[in-house]
Amino acid sequence: MKTVLRNVAPYGEQAVDVVLDGDRIAALVPVGTGVGDLVHQFSGEVLLPGLVDLHTHLREPGREDAETILTGTRAAALGGYTAVHAMANTDPVADTAGVVEQVLRLGHAAGYVDVRPVGAVTVGLKGERLAELGAMADSAAQVRVFSDDGKCVSDPLLMRRALEYVKAFDGVVAQHAQEPRLTEGAQMNEGVVSARLGLAGWPAVAEEAIIARDVLLAEHVGSRLHLCHLSTEGSVDIIRWAKSRGINVTAEVTPHHLLLTDELAATYDPVYKVNPPLRTAADVEAVRAGLADGTIDIVATDHAPHPTEDKDCEWAAAAMGMLGLETALSVVIETMIDSGRLTWRQVAERMSTNPARIGRVTDHGNPLAAGEYANLCVVDPGAAWLVDPAALASRSRNTPYAARTMRGRVVATFLRGTATVLNGALAL
Amino acid sequence: MQHLLSTADLTRDDALLILDTAAELAQISDRPMKKLPTLRGRTVVNLFYEDSTRTRISFEAAAKRLSADVINFSAKGSSVSKGESLKDTALTLQAMGADAVVIRHAASGAPHRLAHSGWIESTVINAGDGTHEHPTQALLDAYTLRKHLRDGDGDLAGARITIVGDVLHSRVARSNVLLLNTLGAHVTLCAPPTLLPVGVEEWPCAVSYALDQAIADADAVMMLRVQLERMNASFFPSAHEYSRRYGLDAQRMSTLPTHTIVMHPGPMNRGMEIAADVADSKRSVIVEQVSNGVSVRMAVMYLLLGGAESGIGGN
Repeated sequence: MKTVLRNVAPYGEQAVDVVLDGDRIAALVPVGTGVGDLVHQFSGEVLLPGLVDLHTHLREPGREDAETILTGTRAAALGGYTAVHAMANTDPVADTAGVVEQVLRLGHAAGYVDVRPVGAVTVGLKGERLAELGAMADSAAQVRVFSDDGKCVSDPLLMRRALEYVKAFDGVVAQHAQEPRLTEGAQMNEGVVSARLGLAGWPAVAEEAIIARDVLLAEHVGSRLHLCHLSTEGSVDIIRWAKSRGINVTAEVTPHHLLLTDELAATYDPVYKVNPPLRTAADVEAVRAGLADGTIDIVATDHAPHPTEDKDCEWAAAAMGMLGLETALSVVIETMIDSGRLTWRQVAERMSTNPARIGRVTDHGNPLAAGEYANLCVVDPGAAWLVDPAALASRSRNTPYAARTMRGRVVATFLRGTATVLNGALAL
Repeated sequence: MQHLLSTADLTRDDALLILDTAAELAQISDRPMKKLPTLRGRTVVNLFYEDSTRTRISFEAAAKRLSADVINFSAKGSSVSKGESLKDTALTLQAMGADAVVIRHAASGAPHRLAHSGWIESTVINAGDGTHEHPTQALLDAYTLRKHLRDGDGDLAGARITIVGDVLHSRVARSNVLLLNTLGAHVTLCAPPTLLPVGVEEWPCAVSYALDQAIADADAVMMLRVQLERMNASFFPSAHEYSRRYGLDAQRMSTLPTHTIVMHPGPMNRGMEIAADVADSKRSVIVEQVSNGVSVRMAVMYLLLGGAESGIGGN
């Protein structure tokens, strides 16, 4: 069956008709000339390769009260994603072939995006001994990204071994950089605001010290290293230095660290409590600059659903994390496109091509060209929308953008030629 | 103003109104009949999630002297120990018709959440939240300072106040720095660098690591409680070293100007941050701080619960 996406603008450039044949792109032809069994009429919106998230918490198995693979992948599709990496800190932890295959299977059954399970680095995320990384790599889930995210692999020897071991199957360790002793009881970024609010400080150095250590370890053993959610100016500087030395390191930034600052903690509303914490305006500027110049390779959501009761409480008692899948692209438009710091081609690299390459996801993040899989998203960059937590597809409501007007709406998403989203609503 | 959450919310006029009102109300305490009918029929709940006998009793005495009905709700022996959330407790208090909730909580910002989350409509008074603020303590300290340094009148313009000790974990220090600055005083914080917060340089005060210099020309020295647990977390090497470097003993006290007063919010660690003979000396106003606390808390409840036409924070 042939499907035509009429009048879409690849990377925001010259508008075309895109003809899909089954699960692949057949041709890009002048507007009005595409012929097919089914025609989706657009009006010059931006066409991007389907977005790929390297950092998603889908919570299943174990915390289906916060999110399920079905609700989380619906949120992903609505956000323009066609593939997500499901983090390992579930219950049970995704530290065996059995659990990662279960997550894979539930992702297939939902059908909205390709769910790529992330395997835990250590058994139970305890940081004591390696999980069976090879078994997860060889499983049907073909795990390539390993992370104890939520916890840092803080033992330097264990980190070294993990970095070395995953070389055998082209894996990557995605480090959650948080020195545990420096962050005992920490509640928010340590600085002027934490001093005023009397909330225990989470120093930038707790992130930077681990990053500095790990890029040196990666250099020493010649391994690939990925760093989750960079949040500080110093972290960006260290990665820039490491790349200049030729160290094989990649890094991500979350939408919320591109937009929000620690001043929001002054509300004591735990919807702004997140790990790593929101930082200062200078840090926000540094991660934007890092994303613009390529020091930071990707935007990853760190989509972290929590049930209402875990946020509707005092700050210290609240869970850490924010929703991200349905708002990520709007935040990138606001912070990077509108300011002229990134072109749409560069956004496609940072939200699709690069995360797919880091995760070794071959079917995604490919050029908008004939012969490639039709994993696509169509974005109306000018459309304003009001974020209503109750209207989100996620099972949870913990978005920091409630009642905020954002720009940029995903109007359609296609997974291997099948529409998962049409007219801004779920199509499956 | 509906709530008292932070001394940062008080203008100079607000603060002076509270102090002046407290001075008037203090006279009630000297009468044989210590009660005013102002809050008759109003309900004040003391919601205490931390043990604090002295603060709770002070609020209770203040509310009772204004004829309010007082309900004491302590975390022990209540549904809190069964894991009830702050929100559900708030909804319960709302349903029972609490007019004011006086809250002491280990989490910084808990009073702010109580006041601003739509759980409850009553007035919220912060009786100490985590390592954030303790505004009525700062008000009673200001009241005490004004009485001794300014004959109980006006503000504290030009007064030199040195606050010594565990500033990092002290809600008393935060509230005092803000309020005393609003009242025109020059505040100096003195502590080992480990017990000062990163970011203290933005506070409206001076900072010193050397106690002898910091108190040399002080009009008042306020010693903060230092918990011994801090020693185990390596904030300082030993209680003895802390006491030698940052404790106020008789020898140090003898170097103070003759008019200088010594304060402590209590409870004291005698022999640690303050020597017994200093605590019991003529310079010490520590016991007086306690009685002033009742008057100041009466004034806060009187003004917040509509005892006065104008109230505080008119805008």
